[in-house]
Amino acid sequence: MLSFSDISKFIDSWLRDIFNPTWTMVIEMMIAGVCVIGLFAVLGLVLVLMERKVAAWIQIRLGPNRVGPKGMLQSLADTVKLLVKEGMTPDGADKFLFNFAPFIAMMVAMLLMAPIAFAKDFQLWDMNIGVLYFSAISSIMVISILMAGWASNNKYSLMGAMRSGAQIVSYELSAGLSILAIVVLSGSLNLNDIILSQADGWWIFKGHIPVIISFIIFIIAVTAETNRAPFDLAEAESELTAGFHTEYSGMKFALFFLAEYINVFIVCAIGATLFLGGWMPFHIGHWDAFNHVMDYIPSSVWFFGKTFFLIFLIMWFRWTFPRLRIDQLLNLEWRFLLPISMFNILLVTLMAILGWHF
Amino acid sequence: MTNDALKAKITELLPATGFEEGGQWLNINVEPADWRLLAEQLRLDASLQFDYLFCLTCIDWKTHLTMVYHLDSTKFRHNIVIKAKLDVAKPAIETVSDIWRTADFHEREVYEMFGVDFINHPDLRLLILPDGWEGKRPMLKNFEDPVNMIRL
Amino acid sequence: MVEEIGTTVEGDVLINVGPQHPATHGVLNLLLTINGETIKKVEPHLGFIHRSIEKMCESLTYRQFIYVTSRMDYLSAHINNHACALVVEKGLQVEIPSRAKVIRVLMDELTRIASHELWWGAMAMDLGAFTPFFHAFRERESINDIMEETCGARLTMNYIVPGGVMYDLHPDFQKRVKDFITLYKLKIHEYDEMVTGNIIFQNRMKGVGYLSAEDAISYGCTGPTARGSGVSCDIRKLYPYEVYDQLDFDEILETGCDSFARYMVRIREMNQSIRIIEQLIDTIPEGDFQAKTKAVLKLPKGEFYQRVETARGEFGVYIVSEGGNTPYRIKFRSPGFSNLSALDQMARGSKLGDLVAMMGTLDLVIPDIDR
Repeated sequence: MLSFSDISKFIDSWLRDIFNPTWTMVIEMMIAGVCVIGLFAVLGLVLVLMERKVAAWIQIRLGPNRVGPKGMLQSLADTVKLLVKEGMTPDGADKFLFNFAPFIAMMVAMLLMAPIAFAKDFQLWDMNIGVLYFSAISSIMVISILMAGWASNNKYSLMGAMRSGAQIVSYELSAGLSILAIVVLSGSLNLNDIILSQADGWWIFKGHIPVIISFIIFIIAVTAETNRAPFDLAEAESELTAGFHTEYSGMKFALFFLAEYINVFIVCAIGATLFLGGWMPFHIGHWDAFNHVMDYIPSSVWFFGKTFFLIFLIMWFRWTFPRLRIDQLLNLEWRFLLPISMFNILLVTLMAILGWHF
Repeated sequence: MTNDALKAKITELLPATGFEEGGQWLNINVEPADWRLLAEQLRLDASLQFDYLFCLTCIDWKTHLTMVYHLDSTKFRHNIVIKAKLDVAKPAIETVSDIWRTADFHEREVYEMFGVDFINHPDLRLLILPDGWEGKRPMLKNFEDPVNMIRL
Repeated sequence: MVEEIGTTVEGDVLINVGPQHPATHGVLNLLLTINGETIKKVEPHLGFIHRSIEKMCESLTYRQFIYVTSRMDYLSAHINNHACALVVEKGLQVEIPSRAKVIRVLMDELTRIASHELWWGAMAMDLGAFTPFFHAFRERESINDIMEETCGARLTMNYIVPGGVMYDLHPDFQKRVKDFITLYKLKIHEYDEMVTGNIIFQNRMKGVGYLSAEDAISYGCTGPTARGSGVSCDIRKLYPYEVYDQLDFDEILETGCDSFARYMVRIREMNQSIRIIEQLIDTIPEGDFQAKTKAVLKLPKGEFYQRVETARGEFGVYIVSEGGNTPYRIKFRSPGFSNLSALDQMARGSKLGDLVAMMGTLDLVIPDIDR
């Protein structure tokens, strides 16, 4: 059966036949880079279109339907428009930081692609601290937002950046704690090991209520971390016009926009990996016949299916909830989510030690 | 309270008032100097309680300006209209923005449109007109603006 | 150390909200003094859309000036026209046919519902929820269609003339209105499910933007803004005009004094408007839709004042006539102007996000404020 891992192995062996190991590595890295950039562009287009279609569906309208069949080329046309627009830099802005900030957002999103397992045996970098790497890199995102807000020399931008700073730093905690629940249960920081530990059932089913609580907290926390409604206080368009990217235009704005969607994809991919088994098909305990049937569905379909389900969930939040106020946002984290996840991690640990999970 | 009762009560408060009837509501003519005192009494008197100033405006009669205050009581639901004649050259009257706070904005509007000086107003600045229109008094009948004015 | 609110200290930031800002729904400029996220002072700067309609009306005849007033509060254009027609009729002492009276009231209430629908959507958008806006427009569209059919326009109807209404009702009017009522009753529960019952929404609205009853009266607040503070101020009840005294409807009062109370007043008011329409729609009297009036209207010397209840509050028209065919002086008492003046009092000490919610519940229409 043709799968991503077969293709990658084939390319690898083919390259090894022709070149020496060093060159093989260099060429493979280049291919990976091109693939990541390609995936970036495609994901950006697909997610923007999906967001608009989901929004339209929720808002009883049609959404984009003129450019291409069923409006499918709409986001491509938007990209072309953004590319040819002038990228203005305000006079009072700190020019270097202002222009540099969108690239940091982009780089962070790209780096986060590394540990994700897109399909069985198909991963850019199978590192032994994948979860830690994700937590560490994703918190760099806030730097680009702070940089953009500060360098814009605009009060709205600054307020948006400050809000975002407070928000991301707080929600990082409960996101981390809910990830930790899975690390405790699976006993590994390696994303591949975590997926393999779910071969007899996904953690959300195996882990009883504590894992479901972690999952809910994880979804809330990552929605906040990616600055999406109802936690879009950094943008808060009715309050701060456009928050931290008020002064950005053209491609520099598009990079922020793209980074937001890629971040949504990545956090959903991580969520799917940790709680829903990543590329692991739907398995139930020792029902070998059932499990075997499920294995016929390609692993990449499982991965993308789960990820896009979570993305849909996050989009659903965005289009139905009003925005929180900044003090309510921080109250939610420090008064509710953090204590609950701290207690929850104790429960999970107890469960893991006593072997109460399936 | 009926108009007659209002009349009796207000005459008691301020003997030198003129009344005009026949309109929709009882009209009371006061001297600008007496207005502030009367206003306080109208607002605070237990049997009057005019707590709602629903319209405050000014009329340019060319020879003089008239300030018009429409008052209502949310408790007794009686209405009166107070009028005060102002000198056209140097119109001035005491503010009532601390008695009815809605007067704050309305007096600022009258100030910029008619040039009426509200004595003791806390913040008498242009509200609607842009900077540079101080003292132009565009709502007066003799106002001419060669640029923006369109004769119909 | 307790620092006095309103004084400028280090750390205070001046920030301009508007004239181009998504939350102001028009060209309103608020100069905020904020410290962090906390608002210390709100200073409205008006006039970006000031057309001096009062001055303009001094050179328009009594038949013409009504059309200008549609451009003030364009969301209750019909009710503005109504007030102007009433004041002219008061001066001319014309008795209008009962059919015209009922038509006017029906249109008033449809306009009120349309205006509240728009407010509901726009306010949810201020709070960051986009979806309600589209759901509100679904119902509002059918009102606009009714208006289009009978009045010939969807927003600034100009349907009322002194002496009655301009044309007779469209033959489909009754059916269309009944269809609308059916649609409305089918969909109104969505409003509660989507916004009113939402826990985030309630947290954003409750206890925010406190306006006591005394302050509401003192600031001259009217309409739902004052009724949310428990002040009875419905002109339709207190000083009835047209057929409102024969109708059975409630004046909605809430005593919460906060943004949520003002929100609930408007939501419940829509139901009352539906109630009024239901009472009238089957019993529109036959007869003329316009009284006979002279071609050139001349009001007698004197002063005329008419108060009506628009969707935003009390709208007053004050005409001073010298006996000619144009008003000598005309003054429009607009509800938004007074309601806006209370914003500073309400907003002090609250967060920036709450200011947007408060402005939403004041239901500001900027051309109405600037005139």
